[in-house]
Amino acid sequence: MRNNPLHIIFFVLYFLGTTLATAQKEIKVCDTCTFTSLKQAIASAVSGDTILVKPGTYKEYNVVIDKPLTIKGEKFPVIDGEDKGEIIRIMADNVTIDGLFVMNVGTSYTSDHAAIRVVRSENFLIQNVVLEKLFFGIYIEKSNNGRVYHNKVIGDAQDEYNSGNGIQLWYSNHVVVEQNIVQKVRDGIYLEFSDNILIKDNVSTNNLRYGLHFMFSNDDVYKNNTFENNGAGVAVMFSKRIKMHQNTFKKNWGMASFGVLLKEINDAEIKENVFEENTVGINIEGSNRIVYSGNNFIRNGYAIKVLGACYENTFEKNNFLYNSFDLSYNSKINDNVFRNNYWSGYTGYDLNKDGVGDVPFRPVKLFSYVVNKTPETIILMRSLFIDLIDFSEKVSPVFTPDNLQDATPKMTPFQ
Amino acid sequence: MLKILKYSFFDLIRSRWSYVYFLFYLGLGSVLLFLNNDLAKAIITLMNVITILVPLIGTVFGVMYYYNSKEFTELLLAQPIKRSSIFIGQYLGVSLSLAMSLIIGLGIPFALYGLFQSNEIWDFGLLLINGLFLTLIFTALAFNIALYNENKIKGFSYAILLWLFMAVIYDGLFLMTLIAFQSYPLDGFSLVATMSNPIDLSRILILLKLDISALLGYTGAVFQKFFGTGLGLLVSILALSLWVVLPTLNMYRKSRKKDF
Repeated sequence: MRNNPLHIIFFVLYFLGTTLATAQKEIKVCDTCTFTSLKQAIASAVSGDTILVKPGTYKEYNVVIDKPLTIKGEKFPVIDGEDKGEIIRIMADNVTIDGLFVMNVGTSYTSDHAAIRVVRSENFLIQNVVLEKLFFGIYIEKSNNGRVYHNKVIGDAQDEYNSGNGIQLWYSNHVVVEQNIVQKVRDGIYLEFSDNILIKDNVSTNNLRYGLHFMFSNDDVYKNNTFENNGAGVAVMFSKRIKMHQNTFKKNWGMASFGVLLKEINDAEIKENVFEENTVGINIEGSNRIVYSGNNFIRNGYAIKVLGACYENTFEKNNFLYNSFDLSYNSKINDNVFRNNYWSGYTGYDLNKDGVGDVPFRPVKLFSYVVNKTPETIILMRSLFIDLIDFSEKVSPVFTPDNLQDATPKMTPFQ
Repeated sequence: MLKILKYSFFDLIRSRWSYVYFLFYLGLGSVLLFLNNDLAKAIITLMNVITILVPLIGTVFGVMYYYNSKEFTELLLAQPIKRSSIFIGQYLGVSLSLAMSLIIGLGIPFALYGLFQSNEIWDFGLLLINGLFLTLIFTALAFNIALYNENKIKGFSYAILLWLFMAVIYDGLFLMTLIAFQSYPLDGFSLVATMSNPIDLSRILILLKLDISALLGYTGAVFQKFFGTGLGLLVSILALSLWVVLPTLNMYRKSRKKDF
């Protein structure tokens, strides 16, 4: 078939005309308008319409959006669910929700009520939404190619068993989660079976359990997020080929807290992140072929805690600054590479002035080895005896793996 | 007794060693604060110093003072003064002058640094209280050792051995016990073992205050639960006081019977 340029132009103009015509149809919702509720407005709207919600309070729940619509709030109108259940459910492609204030989602022990739930839909956009007093916040279920942008989720979770997650993705691919603020929910951002996701510039703080939590989600990118003061930090499990770049993991301080928990993570990249004041910076279990580079570990209890079955990992060009333990390692076999890191505990010298220390650094102290075997011994921390045995082990290693060392430790920290 | 206390105290205040001791703490405090710029970190380093150095200096100074002032003591014994007041007075004179050097030496740089506006003042206070207790305890132990040993060399060796035992060997035995009995619940044992060594007790008290407790895992939780309560604090202060009172009582008993 030959393509006639005139035909193409004609078709383009035709589609442009129809979309413009429908887009211009705007339905207003307010106390004195024809439509006083979102439900009525949706019922009478046709595909492609824009529903403009004027300022006010609308007591609604179980609002189902079943056609491509744009719902826009003016000055954050309040959609109050009155704790009766789910509030908004999107069940159509190309839906945009913009600028609403959604509150009072009903708590249930049998179903996961969400403030905004997207079900089997494509190309959704949820932006500038504020969610408060919620159970689940934004719940994306089997929906692809969407964007969750610039929302604020403020929960008031007290207990894990009756609280939900801020932003949850389940069986959803190619979604962008960007510039959201999530606070005081159970898990800030939660992903399960979701691939090719971009999580960027989010701030997830003060959550009950994890700031970020994902499982079985491959090829995802986490960039420039901040996770601070969460109950247990960030947990990532059973995923492949993820990238974590330039994130900040801060102040996850408590008995069972960590900056990041890695479990069964393979072929990942963890670069240029900051781990500051966590009980454990990174807790690694059964994770292989991961590249850790350019990270800053500052004042953590343990910078890195390796719990076994971790092979072919590379740690290079990281800064280890003033951690109580730089590395805890519980096996005699070492297959991981440490090179070109800066260790604040390094006491070697550099005679040829090339910026690289002339004697190797051993990041595992004997005491951390002992503590691994017998956790109770930790109460002897910082006693003179412990310093003495650490020193003797440093001089002639007996218990710690012989090849677990950084042969080229840097003399000055990376900037 | 007060007169002898006063005499010993001023005698020591005038001595060179008090100044050295005072200047050492002054220098240490200033260097730590003004080169480190982090109050919490400085307190941790100071903790290491206090739990190791203060007992050492207390023991050595105590033994040294007793042997040095022996002739004067014998002169005093010829006077109509109660024996106990001579020895207790001397002991208090030594320990208080040491404690004063410590508190003023560390206090000045911290006060200059602006401690009173900071939240760490309680941690610092605890540090000083521990330092005070350790001084009292180890000077008392040193006087005991000196009272029992006429031989200077023997006395000195016992004193050093005592310090070595408390500061190092005790923790080694403790560690070995923990490892040997690791399949048993050890929380109760750890608590008791910590309580019965003043150096360990001060170390744990400071560590728990410094928010490092989260690192200490399950055992730490048990400790936190115990020491975090008013009762725990009371018990540990009591344990430290007992460490002061018992050697002092023994000193009193021994000095009454001792043949000079």
